Amino acid sequence: MRNGSARAAFVGLLARDGMGLWRRRGELLSPLMFAVMVATLFPLALGPEAARLSSVAGGVCWVIVLLAGQLSLDALFRSDAEDGSLDAMLVSGQSLYLLALAKILLHWLTTGLPLLLVAPAIALALGMPKFGVTTLMLALLLGTPQLSVLGACAAALTASLRRSGILLALIVLPLAVPVLIFGAGAVEAVLVGGQASQALLLLAAGAVLSLAFGPLVCASAMRMSAS
Amino acid sequence: MHPLWLWFHKTGSPPMFYRLAGKLMPWFWALAVIIGVIGLYLGLVRAPADYLQGESARIMYIHVPSAWMSMFIFAFMAFCGALALIWHVKISEVLMISAAPIGMGFTVVTLITGSLWGRPTWGTYWEWDARMTSELVLLFLYFGVQGLYSAFDDRRKGARAAAILALIGLVNLPIIHYSVEWWNTLHQGSSIKLLSGKSTIHPSMLWPLLLMAIATKFWFVASLLHRARGDVLEMESGKDWVQQMLPGAAESADGKAP
Amino acid sequence: MAKIQAARRLARRLRQCGGRRSWTLARASRYDCGLECALPCGASLLEPVNASDPDHALAPPLLVAEALCFQRGDEPVFGPMNLSLNPGDVLMVEGDNGSGKTSLLRVLAGLLEPSAGSISRSDRAEAGPGALAYLGHNGGLKFDLSARENLRFAARLNGLRKGTSIASSLKSVGLEGFEDTPLRFLSAGQRKRAALAGVLIAPAALWLLDEPYANLDHSGHVLVNRLLETHSSRGGAALITSHGLIQPAVARLSRVRMECVHA
Repeated sequence: MRNGSARAAFVGLLARDGMGLWRRRGELLSPLMFAVMVATLFPLALGPEAARLSSVAGGVCWVIVLLAGQLSLDALFRSDAEDGSLDAMLVSGQSLYLLALAKILLHWLTTGLPLLLVAPAIALALGMPKFGVTTLMLALLLGTPQLSVLGACAAALTASLRRSGILLALIVLPLAVPVLIFGAGAVEAVLVGGQASQALLLLAAGAVLSLAFGPLVCASAMRMSAS
Repeated sequence: MHPLWLWFHKTGSPPMFYRLAGKLMPWFWALAVIIGVIGLYLGLVRAPADYLQGESARIMYIHVPSAWMSMFIFAFMAFCGALALIWHVKISEVLMISAAPIGMGFTVVTLITGSLWGRPTWGTYWEWDARMTSELVLLFLYFGVQGLYSAFDDRRKGARAAAILALIGLVNLPIIHYSVEWWNTLHQGSSIKLLSGKSTIHPSMLWPLLLMAIATKFWFVASLLHRARGDVLEMESGKDWVQQMLPGAAESADGKAP
Repeated sequence: MAKIQAARRLARRLRQCGGRRSWTLARASRYDCGLECALPCGASLLEPVNASDPDHALAPPLLVAEALCFQRGDEPVFGPMNLSLNPGDVLMVEGDNGSGKTSLLRVLAGLLEPSAGSISRSDRAEAGPGALAYLGHNGGLKFDLSARENLRFAARLNGLRKGTSIASSLKSVGLEGFEDTPLRFLSAGQRKRAALAGVLIAPAALWLLDEPYANLDHSGHVLVNRLLETHSSRGGAALITSHGLIQPAVARLSRVRMECVHA
């Protein structure tokens, strides 16, 4: 890997941010803690009846993943905009598409993937039948990258603001509606004895399209934020 | 330079736009009001009541044109946003930002009239109907664009950010709409498709609907020009042409200058 | 009618905005932002500031800016100005706070878009990544990481200059022994040195350094001068900013003062 090549820049950004996150690895746990805590709230609010909980388990898992994914978004570009790394990336002349893709991958690895792994535990604890869990995992595997793409675009748009606050969620959540519908729909379809393939294929199409075009949008948002 | 391009640039220059908009605005207001009154008269008084829903179906003459406008204005915003991003046309930034609150207004009107219509039809003010739900998501998209714009101190930077978001939103709008319809059929609810079979609409109901659709377009253009003129004036407040036109504003500012 | 309404609205907004904006409204022309040149060559407002050395006179300039203007929102920040940097040139842009030095650097680096004028860089065509070294106010460093780790990222992003290494450049900026300490635990001056090491390893011929002397002690000033001297002697060019109190000892230095006459 030659220094200054596109691949080196991609790996370098991933390594640098990954190392920075590792130094503050306690923060990595916060989306997971949030997810588990919110999952605990549902039985407390709805009552411990197994039938009732299991009927909402799939939807609850998806909403939790969607909300927990918002927590780490703000940090994705904020520190880069503040400490001048965003400028450095833009001035470097490297492909911003790849750098944006690295950021998206980083968010997915540190938030999407852990949530994907903890979701089955939540689903089973809420009483989802075992045969639904596989579909849930598959749907999350296809859906969480899209959430990371949307989140990264929104984070890049708000990076130069002093505080993004609720704005990030305001931007991301409406755009995430299709992912939520198809993701939860796939699980629901399997649980009522139907086929999940339609929803899963639509999710897969969304994942391919958003990974292809999302970094472009994210790159132009990064350029906007640095100006 | 191509003459068309030249014309475009000239009209796009703030002073020209200000003057042109000022001249056109009264005409658009007048057309909007006249056509709107005719449309409302035909729709609310002359058209026959719906044989299924009775008089309450007349709310359609406001609900449906507003719903069309709510989507049309979002597309318009994204179009202006694209112009602003690609060619840095100042006026299209202003038009995009001025259009957002109008679009939001039409979306709110759509939601309110929809829920008022829902009361006699569904027996409830809010039903998780596919159209109503995607209209609600559209309102959130408007909130996002407007919120992002107003979060920036630098108005041009805010306009660029809002333009990017409007473009993302426009691409997502059909997907959201489709997904919500899919969701609605998955969960077989009790919703009655309000507008199913509209292609066989009777001409006496179609005419007022079309007139109202045209009237809302004019209304939109007139209020857009109105808002955009104010924004242009504010944006260009340091320029000579504003000071020549509004010496009062300049003096009051002079008095305050340190 | 609409005019009156618009004027009322304007006046209301002005009241809300307070002094700064009303000043803009009052007189845009008072903001007479020009570029005075303190060079004996007598470069005037619209003549290129060009302090080329005879040695490098034949080489194409690394950076040429013509009639460059920049405005933030509607307030003019600087311009129109011309400048050109030939191989070997070191140009110091002086000016008070708020005179637009940083904006000028950011425009030249391509981070901000000029409102008028053009910039051409000869390096752009031949070398893609790493053609330009830009040192901003904040240095682009991650404080959770050590200097070595920060430089490793810089090298991967921009490439590594032939004949240099991360360790040697850290040594030459005086950070020997601190290579693996997270920057959080270092002083502001040491962080600045780390950022300078990042410029040093970049394979760029053109340096754009914003306040390279800030936060540095005397030995730091000497270091910056030495780096600029070396860079200049091997045919590189640098544009640096300063608030005007620094007297750099660099051979082929020319100075430019940015004024904004609004006080």
